[in-house]
Amino acid sequence: MTASPDTPILTVPLDTLHRGLGGKMVPFAGYAMPVQYPAGILTEHLHTRTSASLFDVSHMGQVEITGPDCARWLETLVPGDIQGLGIGKTRYTVFTNDQGGIQDDLMVSKLAPDRLFLVINAACKRADFAHMQAMIGDKVSVRMIEDRALLALQGPLAASALAALSPEAAAMTFMSIAEIQIADVACLATRSGYTGEDGWELSVPVTEAEALARKLLDLPGVMPAGLGARDSLRLEAGLCLYGSDIDTATTPVEANLSWIMGKRRRTEGGFPGAAIIQKQLAEGPARLRVGIQPLGRAPARAHTEITDAAGNRLGEICSGGFGPSADRPIAMGYVPAAFAAIGTPLKLVVRGKALDAHVCALPFVPHRYFKG
Amino acid sequence: MSDKRFTKDHEWVSVTGTTGIVGISDYAQHALGDVVFVEVPDAGRVLAQGAEAAVVESVKAASEVYSPVSGTVIAGNQAIVDQPGLVNESAEDRGWFYKITLSDPSELGALMDRAAYDSYLKTLE
Repeated sequence: MTASPDTPILTVPLDTLHRGLGGKMVPFAGYAMPVQYPAGILTEHLHTRTSASLFDVSHMGQVEITGPDCARWLETLVPGDIQGLGIGKTRYTVFTNDQGGIQDDLMVSKLAPDRLFLVINAACKRADFAHMQAMIGDKVSVRMIEDRALLALQGPLAASALAALSPEAAAMTFMSIAEIQIADVACLATRSGYTGEDGWELSVPVTEAEALARKLLDLPGVMPAGLGARDSLRLEAGLCLYGSDIDTATTPVEANLSWIMGKRRRTEGGFPGAAIIQKQLAEGPARLRVGIQPLGRAPARAHTEITDAAGNRLGEICSGGFGPSADRPIAMGYVPAAFAAIGTPLKLVVRGKALDAHVCALPFVPHRYFKG
Repeated sequence: MSDKRFTKDHEWVSVTGTTGIVGISDYAQHALGDVVFVEVPDAGRVLAQGAEAAVVESVKAASEVYSPVSGTVIAGNQAIVDQPGLVNESAEDRGWFYKITLSDPSELGALMDRAAYDSYLKTLE
Protein backbone atom coordinates (compact mmCIF):
# COMPACT_ATOMS: atom_id res chain seq x y z
CA MET A 1 0.00 0.00 0.00
CA THR A 2 1.31 3.44 -0.87
CA ALA A 3 0.45 6.74 0.68
CA SER A 4 1.33 10.17 -0.61
CA PRO A 5 3.83 12.01 1.60
CA ASP A 6 1.36 14.71 2.65
CA THR A 7 -1.19 12.18 3.95
CA PRO A 8 0.73 9.63 5.98
CA ILE A 9 -1.47 6.63 6.71
CA LEU A 10 -1.01 5.08 10.12
CA THR A 11 -1.32 1.38 10.71
CA VAL A 12 -3.03 -0.33 13.61
CA PRO A 13 -1.23 -3.03 15.62
CA LEU A 14 -3.31 -5.73 13.91
CA ASP A 15 -2.47 -4.54 10.38
CA THR A 16 -0.66 -7.77 9.47
CA LEU A 17 -3.51 -9.87 10.81
CA HIS A 18 -6.13 -7.89 8.84
CA ARG A 19 -4.19 -8.28 5.60
CA GLY A 20 -3.63 -11.97 6.28
CA LEU A 21 -7.38 -12.42 6.77
CA GLY A 22 -8.02 -10.75 3.40
CA GLY A 23 -9.26 -7.50 4.91
CA LYS A 24 -10.01 -4.74 2.41
CA MET A 25 -8.01 -1.89 3.85
CA VAL A 26 -9.25 1.67 3.44
CA PRO A 27 -8.13 4.97 4.94
CA PHE A 28 -10.31 5.95 7.90
CA ALA A 29 -9.52 8.81 10.29
CA GLY A 30 -5.88 8.63 9.20
CA TYR A 31 -5.53 4.88 9.70
CA ALA A 32 -5.56 1.97 7.27
CA MET A 33 -8.56 -0.01 8.55
CA PRO A 34 -10.40 -3.09 7.29
CA VAL A 35 -13.78 -2.02 5.88
CA GLN A 36 -14.63 -5.69 5.31
CA TYR A 37 -13.15 -9.16 4.98
CA PRO A 38 -13.86 -11.63 2.16
CA ALA A 39 -17.21 -12.64 3.73
CA GLY A 40 -18.52 -9.14 2.96
CA ILE A 41 -20.40 -6.51 4.95
CA LEU A 42 -23.81 -8.21 4.74
CA THR A 43 -22.54 -11.55 6.03
CA GLU A 44 -20.37 -9.92 8.71
CA HIS A 45 -23.34 -7.86 9.88
CA LEU A 46 -25.73 -10.82 10.08
CA HIS A 47 -23.09 -12.98 11.73
CA THR A 48 -22.68 -10.36 14.48
CA ARG A 49 -26.43 -10.48 15.19
CA THR A 50 -26.61 -14.27 15.28
CA SER A 51 -23.17 -15.32 16.55
CA ALA A 52 -20.17 -13.12 17.39
CA SER A 53 -17.68 -10.92 15.55
CA LEU A 54 -14.29 -9.46 16.37
CA PHE A 55 -13.77 -5.83 15.39
CA ASP A 56 -10.50 -3.94 15.62
CA VAL A 57 -11.17 -0.45 16.94
CA SER A 58 -7.58 0.34 17.84
CA HIS A 59 -7.75 3.60 15.90
CA MET A 60 -9.93 5.02 18.64
CA GLY A 61 -8.31 7.04 21.40
CA GLN A 62 -7.82 5.65 24.89
CA VAL A 63 -7.21 8.13 27.66
CA GLU A 64 -6.58 7.81 31.37
CA ILE A 65 -7.44 10.67 33.71
CA THR A 66 -6.07 10.38 37.21
CA GLY A 67 -5.90 12.50 40.30
CA PRO A 68 -8.06 13.74 43.16
CA ASP A 69 -11.50 14.96 42.04
CA CYS A 70 -10.91 13.80 38.46
CA ALA A 71 -14.64 13.08 38.02
CA ARG A 72 -15.52 16.59 39.13
CA TRP A 73 -12.96 18.08 36.76
CA LEU A 74 -14.14 15.99 33.81
CA GLU A 75 -17.68 17.19 34.53
CA THR A 76 -16.52 20.70 33.61
CA LEU A 77 -16.21 19.39 30.02
CA VAL A 78 -19.15 16.97 29.69
CA PRO A 79 -22.84 17.14 30.70
CA GLY A 80 -22.90 13.58 32.07
CA ASP A 81 -22.95 12.60 35.74
CA ILE A 82 -19.38 11.40 36.25
CA GLN A 83 -19.23 12.03 40.02
CA GLY A 84 -22.28 9.83 40.45
CA LEU A 85 -20.89 7.07 38.23
CA GLY A 86 -20.24 3.98 40.31
CA ILE A 87 -16.81 2.39 40.60
CA GLY A 88 -16.52 -0.20 37.87
CA LYS A 89 -19.24 1.41 35.75
CA THR A 90 -19.19 2.88 32.25
CA ARG A 91 -21.24 5.75 30.86
CA TYR A 92 -21.78 7.33 27.41
CA THR A 93 -21.36 11.10 27.27
CA VAL A 94 -20.20 13.95 25.03
CA PHE A 95 -17.77 16.84 25.10
CA THR A 96 -19.72 20.06 24.52
CA ASN A 97 -18.50 23.41 23.21
CA ASP A 98 -19.52 26.88 24.35
CA GLN A 99 -22.49 26.84 21.97
CA GLY A 100 -23.71 23.55 23.42
CA GLY A 101 -22.56 21.68 20.29
CA ILE A 102 -20.95 18.26 20.48
CA GLN A 103 -17.16 18.15 20.08
CA ASP A 104 -17.05 14.37 20.38
CA ASP A 105 -18.93 11.50 21.97
CA LEU A 106 -17.15 9.13 24.31
CA MET A 107 -17.32 6.35 26.86
CA VAL A 108 -16.19 7.14 30.41
CA SER A 109 -15.43 4.37 32.89
CA LYS A 110 -14.59 4.76 36.56
CA LEU A 111 -11.86 2.39 37.71
CA ALA A 112 -11.35 4.13 41.06
CA PRO A 113 -12.47 7.43 42.60
CA ASP A 114 -9.30 9.01 41.23
CA ARG A 115 -8.97 7.05 37.98
CA LEU A 116 -11.10 7.36 34.84
CA PHE A 117 -10.72 5.58 31.50
CA LEU A 118 -12.05 7.24 28.34
CA VAL A 119 -12.55 5.94 24.82
CA ILE A 120 -12.83 8.73 22.24
CA ASN A 121 -13.23 8.85 18.47
CA ALA A 122 -10.19 8.40 16.23
CA ALA A 123 -10.82 11.52 14.15
CA CYS A 124 -11.25 13.67 17.28
CA LYS A 125 -8.66 12.19 19.59
CA ARG A 126 -5.85 14.74 19.09
CA ALA A 127 -8.27 17.65 19.49
CA ASP A 128 -9.98 16.02 22.50
CA PHE A 129 -6.64 15.44 24.17
CA ALA A 130 -5.49 19.03 23.57
CA HIS A 131 -8.87 20.27 24.87
CA MET A 132 -8.60 18.23 28.07
CA GLN A 133 -4.97 19.26 28.57
CA ALA A 134 -5.83 22.93 28.11
CA MET A 135 -8.94 22.92 30.28
CA ILE A 136 -8.15 20.53 33.14
CA GLY A 137 -4.53 19.50 32.55
CA ASP A 138 -3.32 21.57 35.49
CA LYS A 139 -5.82 19.94 37.86
CA VAL A 140 -5.56 16.27 36.91
CA SER A 141 -3.25 14.04 34.89
CA VAL A 142 -4.53 13.40 31.35
CA ARG A 143 -2.62 10.67 29.56
CA MET A 144 -3.16 9.35 26.05
CA ILE A 145 -2.66 5.59 26.11
CA GLU A 146 -0.59 4.84 23.01
CA ASP A 147 0.59 1.34 23.87
CA ARG A 148 -2.75 -0.46 23.89
CA ALA A 149 -4.92 -1.84 21.12
CA LEU A 150 -8.72 -1.96 21.38
CA LEU A 151 -10.69 -5.02 20.28
CA ALA A 152 -14.47 -5.37 20.29
CA LEU A 153 -16.07 -8.79 20.56
CA GLN A 154 -19.77 -8.38 19.80
CA GLY A 155 -22.75 -10.65 19.41
CA PRO A 156 -25.09 -12.99 21.28
CA LEU A 157 -22.44 -15.74 21.41
CA ALA A 158 -19.68 -13.43 22.65
CA ALA A 159 -20.29 -14.38 26.28
CA SER A 160 -20.20 -18.13 25.80
CA ALA A 161 -17.17 -17.85 23.52
CA LEU A 162 -15.23 -15.58 25.84
CA ALA A 163 -15.98 -17.78 28.86
CA ALA A 164 -13.47 -20.28 27.48
CA LEU A 165 -10.66 -17.73 27.84
CA SER A 166 -11.86 -15.80 30.87
CA PRO A 167 -14.29 -16.99 33.54
CA GLU A 168 -14.23 -13.47 34.99
CA ALA A 169 -15.70 -11.83 31.91
CA ALA A 170 -19.12 -13.46 32.19
CA ALA A 171 -19.70 -11.93 35.64
CA MET A 172 -19.68 -8.42 34.17
CA THR A 173 -22.93 -6.66 33.25
CA PHE A 174 -23.63 -4.13 30.49
CA MET A 175 -21.75 -0.84 30.89
CA SER A 176 -19.29 -2.09 33.48
CA ILE A 177 -15.49 -2.19 33.46
CA ALA A 178 -12.96 -4.55 35.04
CA GLU A 179 -9.29 -5.39 34.81
CA ILE A 180 -9.36 -9.07 33.97
CA GLN A 181 -7.17 -11.77 32.49
CA ILE A 182 -8.19 -13.09 29.09
CA ALA A 183 -6.01 -16.00 27.94
CA ASP A 184 -3.47 -14.78 30.51
CA VAL A 185 -3.36 -11.29 28.98
CA ALA A 186 -4.14 -8.40 31.32
CA CYS A 187 -7.08 -6.62 29.68
CA LEU A 188 -9.06 -3.58 30.62
CA ALA A 189 -12.48 -4.90 29.64
CA THR A 190 -15.77 -3.05 29.38
CA ARG A 191 -18.96 -4.95 28.70
CA SER A 192 -20.11 -2.55 26.04
CA GLY A 193 -19.95 -1.92 22.33
CA TYR A 194 -21.63 -0.07 19.53
CA THR A 195 -23.61 -2.74 17.71
CA GLY A 196 -26.72 -3.08 19.89
CA GLU A 197 -25.55 -6.57 20.88
CA ASP A 198 -24.01 -7.96 24.03
CA GLY A 199 -20.23 -7.85 23.95
CA TRP A 200 -16.96 -6.49 25.24
CA GLU A 201 -14.42 -3.90 24.31
CA LEU A 202 -10.97 -5.06 25.33
CA SER A 203 -8.05 -2.70 25.82
CA VAL A 204 -4.93 -4.85 25.49
CA PRO A 205 -1.17 -4.18 25.35
CA VAL A 206 -0.06 -3.71 21.74
CA THR A 207 2.55 -6.42 22.22
CA GLU A 208 -0.14 -8.98 23.07
CA ALA A 209 -2.86 -7.76 20.72
CA GLU A 210 -2.29 -9.96 17.71
CA ALA A 211 -1.87 -13.16 19.72
CA LEU A 212 -5.05 -12.42 21.68
CA ALA A 213 -6.99 -11.48 18.54
CA ARG A 214 -6.02 -14.82 16.98
CA LYS A 215 -7.20 -16.66 20.10
CA LEU A 216 -10.51 -14.79 20.02
CA LEU A 217 -10.94 -15.57 16.31
CA ASP A 218 -10.29 -19.26 17.08
CA LEU A 219 -13.24 -19.35 19.49
CA PRO A 220 -16.31 -21.17 18.16
CA GLY A 221 -18.66 -18.86 16.27
CA VAL A 222 -16.31 -15.87 16.09
CA MET A 223 -15.52 -14.24 12.73
CA PRO A 224 -13.70 -11.01 11.91
CA ALA A 225 -15.87 -8.03 10.93
CA GLY A 226 -14.84 -4.65 9.53
CA LEU A 227 -15.89 -1.03 9.73
CA GLY A 228 -18.61 -1.52 7.12
CA ALA A 229 -20.55 -3.93 9.31
CA ARG A 230 -19.81 -1.82 12.38
CA ASP A 231 -21.52 1.12 10.66
CA SER A 232 -24.64 -0.78 9.54
CA LEU A 233 -24.92 -2.43 12.98
CA ARG A 234 -24.75 0.87 14.86
CA LEU A 235 -27.28 2.46 12.50
CA GLU A 236 -29.76 -0.37 13.09
CA ALA A 237 -29.12 0.12 16.82
CA GLY A 238 -29.99 3.82 16.42
CA LEU A 239 -26.58 4.91 17.70
CA CYS A 240 -24.91 8.15 16.61
CA LEU A 241 -21.81 8.33 14.46
CA TYR A 242 -19.75 11.40 15.25
CA GLY A 243 -19.34 13.64 12.21
CA SER A 244 -22.50 12.26 10.58
CA ASP A 245 -25.27 12.33 13.19
CA ILE A 246 -23.71 14.67 15.71
CA ASP A 247 -21.20 17.48 15.33
CA THR A 248 -20.12 20.84 16.75
CA ALA A 249 -23.31 22.49 15.42
CA THR A 250 -25.62 19.96 17.09
CA THR A 251 -26.55 19.93 20.76
CA PRO A 252 -27.25 16.75 22.75
CA VAL A 253 -30.88 17.87 23.04
CA GLU A 254 -31.27 18.21 19.27
CA ALA A 255 -29.52 14.86 18.85
CA ASN A 256 -32.16 13.22 21.07
CA LEU A 257 -29.42 12.43 23.59
CA SER A 258 -30.96 14.32 26.51
CA TRP A 259 -31.00 11.00 28.40
CA ILE A 260 -27.22 11.29 28.84
CA MET A 261 -27.82 14.22 31.21
CA GLY A 262 -28.99 13.34 34.68
CA LYS A 263 -31.13 15.59 36.85
CA ARG A 264 -28.22 17.06 38.81
CA ARG A 265 -26.25 18.12 35.73
CA ARG A 266 -29.36 19.55 34.05
CA THR A 267 -30.05 21.63 37.13
CA GLU A 268 -26.51 22.63 38.07
CA GLY A 269 -25.04 23.07 34.61
CA GLY A 270 -21.32 23.71 34.85
CA PHE A 271 -20.31 22.34 31.46
CA PRO A 272 -19.58 24.24 28.22
CA GLY A 273 -22.74 25.59 26.59
CA ALA A 274 -24.87 24.69 29.64
CA ALA A 275 -27.11 27.76 29.38
CA ILE A 276 -28.02 26.96 25.77
CA ILE A 277 -28.65 23.30 26.54
CA GLN A 278 -30.72 24.12 29.64
CA LYS A 279 -32.84 26.50 27.57
CA GLN A 280 -33.44 23.77 24.96
CA LEU A 281 -34.32 21.28 27.70
CA ALA A 282 -36.87 23.71 29.12
CA GLU A 283 -38.40 24.95 25.86
CA GLY A 284 -37.73 22.04 23.52
CA PRO A 285 -35.26 22.13 20.64
CA ALA A 286 -36.13 23.58 17.23
CA ARG A 287 -35.07 20.36 15.51
CA LEU A 288 -34.61 16.77 16.56
CA ARG A 289 -32.84 13.62 15.40
CA VAL A 290 -35.42 10.96 14.58
CA GLY A 291 -35.58 7.47 13.11
CA ILE A 292 -36.84 7.49 9.55
CA GLN A 293 -38.39 4.51 7.80
CA PRO A 294 -38.35 4.74 3.99
CA LEU A 295 -41.47 2.91 2.82
CA GLY A 296 -40.01 1.62 -0.47
CA ARG A 297 -36.88 -0.40 -1.12
CA ALA A 298 -34.57 2.47 -2.11
CA PRO A 299 -32.03 3.42 0.57
CA ALA A 300 -31.77 7.13 1.39
CA ARG A 301 -28.14 7.96 2.11
CA ALA A 302 -26.63 10.74 4.25
CA HIS A 303 -27.48 14.27 3.03
CA THR A 304 -30.69 13.14 1.32
CA GLU A 305 -33.16 16.03 1.54
CA ILE A 306 -36.22 15.54 3.76
CA THR A 307 -39.36 17.46 2.81
CA ASP A 308 -42.99 17.61 3.89
CA ALA A 309 -45.77 16.36 1.60
CA ALA A 310 -45.85 19.72 -0.19
CA GLY A 311 -42.12 19.60 -0.92
CA ASN A 312 -41.00 22.14 1.68
CA ARG A 313 -37.51 21.37 2.94
CA LEU A 314 -37.46 20.04 6.53
CA GLY A 315 -33.89 18.83 6.91
CA GLU A 316 -31.47 16.09 5.89
CA ILE A 317 -30.78 12.44 6.45
CA CYS A 318 -27.65 12.18 8.66
CA SER A 319 -27.15 8.40 8.37
CA GLY A 320 -28.97 6.12 5.98
CA GLY A 321 -28.57 2.88 4.17
CA PHE A 322 -29.75 -0.67 4.09
CA GLY A 323 -30.24 -2.52 7.37
CA PRO A 324 -29.25 -6.15 6.78
CA SER A 325 -31.09 -7.44 9.88
CA ALA A 326 -34.03 -5.08 9.41
CA ASP A 327 -33.97 -6.28 5.77
CA ARG A 328 -35.06 -2.89 4.51
CA PRO A 329 -33.68 0.61 4.13
CA ILE A 330 -33.28 2.55 7.38
CA ALA A 331 -32.23 6.10 8.19
CA MET A 332 -31.91 8.80 10.80
CA GLY A 333 -32.30 12.49 10.13
CA TYR A 334 -33.04 15.91 11.57
CA VAL A 335 -36.53 17.40 11.29
CA PRO A 336 -38.27 20.38 12.96
CA ALA A 337 -39.72 19.40 16.34
CA ALA A 338 -43.26 19.68 14.92
CA PHE A 339 -42.44 16.83 12.53
CA ALA A 340 -40.71 14.57 15.04
CA ALA A 341 -43.69 12.53 16.26
CA ILE A 342 -43.61 8.83 15.37
CA GLY A 343 -45.69 8.19 12.28
CA THR A 344 -45.29 11.67 10.79
CA PRO A 345 -45.21 11.28 6.99
CA LEU A 346 -42.11 12.62 5.23
CA LYS A 347 -40.71 12.68 1.71
CA LEU A 348 -37.11 11.78 0.93
CA VAL A 349 -35.68 13.21 -2.28
CA VAL A 350 -33.60 10.40 -3.79
CA ARG A 351 -32.19 11.03 -7.28
CA GLY A 352 -34.82 13.69 -7.89
CA LYS A 353 -37.76 11.56 -6.80
CA ALA A 354 -39.76 12.26 -3.64
CA LEU A 355 -40.06 8.89 -1.91
CA ASP A 356 -42.48 8.15 0.92
CA ALA A 357 -41.16 7.68 4.44
CA HIS A 358 -42.27 8.26 8.00
CA VAL A 359 -40.79 9.02 11.38
CA CYS A 360 -40.26 5.80 13.33
CA ALA A 361 -39.03 4.67 16.73
CA LEU A 362 -35.37 3.88 17.32
CA PRO A 363 -33.67 1.45 17.39
CA PHE A 364 -34.56 -0.43 14.20
CA VAL A 365 -33.37 -3.68 15.78
CA PRO A 366 -33.91 -4.18 19.54
CA HIS A 367 -30.85 -3.85 21.77
CA ARG A 368 -29.83 -7.09 23.43
CA TYR A 369 -27.52 -5.97 26.19
CA PHE A 370 -26.69 -8.18 29.18
CA LYS A 371 -28.16 -6.40 32.18
CA GLY A 372 -27.45 -9.26 34.61
CA MET B 1 -19.89 -15.34 -23.56
CA SER B 2 -17.32 -14.04 -25.97
CA ASP B 3 -19.43 -11.44 -27.73
CA LYS B 4 -19.66 -9.09 -24.76
CA ARG B 5 -18.19 -5.62 -25.07
CA PHE B 6 -17.08 -3.78 -21.94
CA THR B 7 -16.67 -0.16 -20.79
CA LYS B 8 -14.00 1.23 -18.49
CA ASP B 9 -16.82 1.78 -15.97
CA HIS B 10 -17.38 -2.01 -15.93
CA GLU B 11 -20.66 -2.22 -17.81
CA TRP B 12 -21.08 -4.86 -20.50
CA VAL B 13 -23.34 -5.11 -23.52
CA SER B 14 -24.08 -8.26 -25.47
CA VAL B 15 -25.54 -7.56 -28.93
CA THR B 16 -27.63 -9.66 -31.30
CA GLY B 17 -28.61 -7.70 -34.41
CA THR B 18 -29.59 -4.30 -33.02
CA THR B 19 -30.76 -5.64 -29.65
CA GLY B 20 -28.37 -5.29 -26.72
CA ILE B 21 -28.45 -6.72 -23.21
CA VAL B 22 -26.67 -4.56 -20.62
CA GLY B 23 -25.23 -5.46 -17.25
CA ILE B 24 -22.28 -4.88 -14.94
CA SER B 25 -19.18 -7.07 -14.94
CA ASP B 26 -18.32 -9.71 -12.41
CA TYR B 27 -15.40 -7.49 -11.38
CA ALA B 28 -17.87 -4.68 -10.68
CA GLN B 29 -20.24 -6.77 -8.58
CA HIS B 30 -17.31 -8.05 -6.56
CA ALA B 31 -16.00 -4.53 -5.98
CA LEU B 32 -19.47 -3.30 -4.95
CA GLY B 33 -20.10 -6.10 -2.49
CA ASP B 34 -23.54 -7.34 -1.50
CA VAL B 35 -26.11 -5.65 -3.73
CA VAL B 36 -29.23 -4.68 -1.76
CA PHE B 37 -31.09 -2.42 -4.20
CA VAL B 38 -31.24 -1.83 -7.94
CA GLU B 39 -33.23 0.53 -10.09
CA VAL B 40 -33.54 -0.33 -13.79
CA PRO B 41 -34.80 1.93 -16.61
CA ASP B 42 -38.39 1.74 -17.84
CA ALA B 43 -39.26 0.53 -21.33
CA GLY B 44 -39.24 3.36 -23.85
CA ARG B 45 -36.61 5.45 -22.13
CA VAL B 46 -34.11 6.87 -24.59
CA LEU B 47 -30.51 6.68 -23.42
CA ALA B 48 -27.38 8.26 -24.86
CA GLN B 49 -24.10 6.37 -24.62
CA GLY B 50 -22.58 7.18 -21.21
CA ALA B 51 -25.88 8.42 -19.72
CA GLU B 52 -27.00 7.31 -16.26
CA ALA B 53 -29.22 4.33 -16.95
CA ALA B 54 -29.59 2.41 -13.69
CA VAL B 55 -28.62 2.44 -10.02
CA VAL B 56 -26.98 -0.33 -8.04
CA GLU B 57 -26.58 -0.07 -4.27
CA SER B 58 -24.60 -2.17 -1.85
CA VAL B 59 -24.82 -1.95 1.95
CA LYS B 60 -22.07 0.63 1.77
CA ALA B 61 -22.85 2.88 -1.18
CA ALA B 62 -24.91 3.74 -4.26
CA SER B 63 -23.39 3.62 -7.76
CA GLU B 64 -24.65 4.64 -11.17
CA VAL B 65 -24.73 2.32 -14.14
CA TYR B 66 -23.92 4.19 -17.38
CA SER B 67 -25.34 2.99 -20.65
CA PRO B 68 -22.57 1.47 -22.79
CA VAL B 69 -24.59 2.23 -25.94
CA SER B 70 -27.21 4.72 -27.17
CA GLY B 71 -30.73 3.51 -27.85
CA THR B 72 -34.25 2.92 -26.56
CA VAL B 73 -34.87 0.67 -23.57
CA ILE B 74 -36.94 -2.43 -24.36
CA ALA B 75 -37.27 -3.67 -20.77
CA GLY B 76 -35.59 -3.60 -17.40
CA ASN B 77 -34.83 -6.85 -15.58
CA GLN B 78 -37.52 -7.16 -12.89
CA ALA B 79 -35.75 -10.24 -11.49
CA ILE B 80 -32.87 -8.17 -10.09
CA VAL B 81 -35.30 -5.58 -8.72
CA ASP B 82 -37.06 -8.34 -6.80
CA GLN B 83 -33.86 -10.12 -5.89
CA PRO B 84 -30.87 -7.71 -5.95
CA GLY B 85 -28.49 -10.48 -4.82
CA LEU B 86 -28.83 -11.97 -8.29
CA VAL B 87 -26.39 -9.28 -9.46
CA ASN B 88 -23.74 -10.80 -7.19
CA GLU B 89 -24.62 -14.37 -8.10
CA SER B 90 -24.73 -13.93 -11.85
CA ALA B 91 -23.56 -10.47 -12.91
CA GLU B 92 -22.76 -11.41 -16.49
CA ASP B 93 -25.80 -13.62 -17.14
CA ARG B 94 -29.07 -13.70 -15.15
CA GLY B 95 -28.18 -10.48 -13.35
CA TRP B 96 -28.49 -8.32 -16.49
CA PHE B 97 -29.99 -4.84 -16.05
CA TYR B 98 -31.90 -3.95 -19.22
CA LYS B 99 -32.45 -4.72 -22.89
CA ILE B 100 -32.03 -1.92 -25.39
CA THR B 101 -32.52 -1.32 -29.12
CA LEU B 102 -29.26 0.18 -30.32
CA SER B 103 -29.55 3.43 -32.28
CA ASP B 104 -25.90 3.48 -33.33
CA PRO B 105 -24.21 0.06 -33.44
CA SER B 106 -20.96 1.71 -34.57
CA GLU B 107 -20.50 2.78 -30.92
CA LEU B 108 -19.55 -0.82 -30.15
CA GLY B 109 -16.24 -0.27 -31.91
CA ALA B 110 -15.02 1.92 -29.07
CA LEU B 111 -15.77 -0.70 -26.41
CA MET B 112 -13.37 -3.42 -25.21
CA ASP B 113 -13.68 -7.10 -26.04
CA ARG B 114 -13.14 -9.66 -23.25
CA ALA B 115 -9.38 -9.89 -23.78
CA ALA B 116 -8.95 -6.11 -23.79
CA TYR B 117 -11.15 -5.77 -20.69
CA ASP B 118 -9.16 -8.44 -18.85
CA SER B 119 -5.95 -6.56 -19.71
CA TYR B 120 -7.58 -3.34 -18.50
CA LEU B 121 -8.53 -4.99 -15.18
CA LYS B 122 -4.89 -5.98 -14.68
CA THR B 123 -3.93 -2.30 -14.86
CA LEU B 124 -6.33 -1.62 -11.95
CA GLU B 125 -4.69 -4.08 -9.56
